[in-house]
Amino acid sequence: MAEAAPGARPRPLSPHLMHWRWHITMAASILTRVTGVGSYIGLLLVAGWALALASGRDAYEAYMGLLGSIPGQVVLFGFTVAVFFHLAAGLRHLIWDLGKGYQLRTADASAWAAIIFSVVVSLALWAVFLMGAPQ
Amino acid sequence: MTGYRTPLGRARGLGSAHDGVGRFIGERVTAVALLFLVTWGVWSAFTLARGGYDGAVHWIASPINAALLALLAVAGFLHMRTGMAVIIEDYIDRPATRALLLLINAFVCWGGLALSVVCVLKVAVTGGGT
Repeated sequence: MAEAAPGARPRPLSPHLMHWRWHITMAASILTRVTGVGSYIGLLLVAGWALALASGRDAYEAYMGLLGSIPGQVVLFGFTVAVFFHLAAGLRHLIWDLGKGYQLRTADASAWAAIIFSVVVSLALWAVFLMGAPQ
Repeated sequence: MTGYRTPLGRARGLGSAHDGVGRFIGERVTAVALLFLVTWGVWSAFTLARGGYDGAVHWIASPINAALLALLAVAGFLHMRTGMAVIIEDYIDRPATRALLLLINAFVCWGGLALSVVCVLKVAVTGGGT
């Protein structure tokens, strides 16, 4: 950190996270990071799936049994929401890179759209999947 | 000492790291690829969940599926390496801890990438025969 010149007025500091009024673009920004980390773990699960498949039938069935358990399905549902939110958030970022979508109303709307999109699509896919289950 | 230095002299070296453009572009290129690959991947995952071992082996025997899955692993792991590197650089100040975490991150991502691609190729080529 560069030190302040002697006698200079202290520079204003940006307020700490705790002092901000929560708003939707801020929530979306934080969620982008959180879901990025979630997807990080999720892709490791996918790599584990590939490893199990390459290790043969027994390993594959054990791994799928783990993923198919109730806790496993909860994790996978979370992964679905995380991936779809991160995807939608990524699309917002790509549009911002083109210099568009910065108006407050637009940014607020796209933040909500990303959240609603990820939840609705995940619920719909899982509902279709679970209802189509022959079990 | 500092008193003799100009403001410009003090600022020099504190700014741009003089690289990072490649990383910025790479993150976006993988992001665009992943828009398509992830959509395809999630859809495939739901079909694979029902097919069992034989269904998965049969699915990956298709060159299109094997190629797209390998691409998903490559784009995904590269994207998550840059993404996690940004998070580490943002929050971890201690140089040693930061370097260690960046190293672990790189190893995990490159390891996951290599492992996934080799596994996909193995099953695609041998039909899973172990």
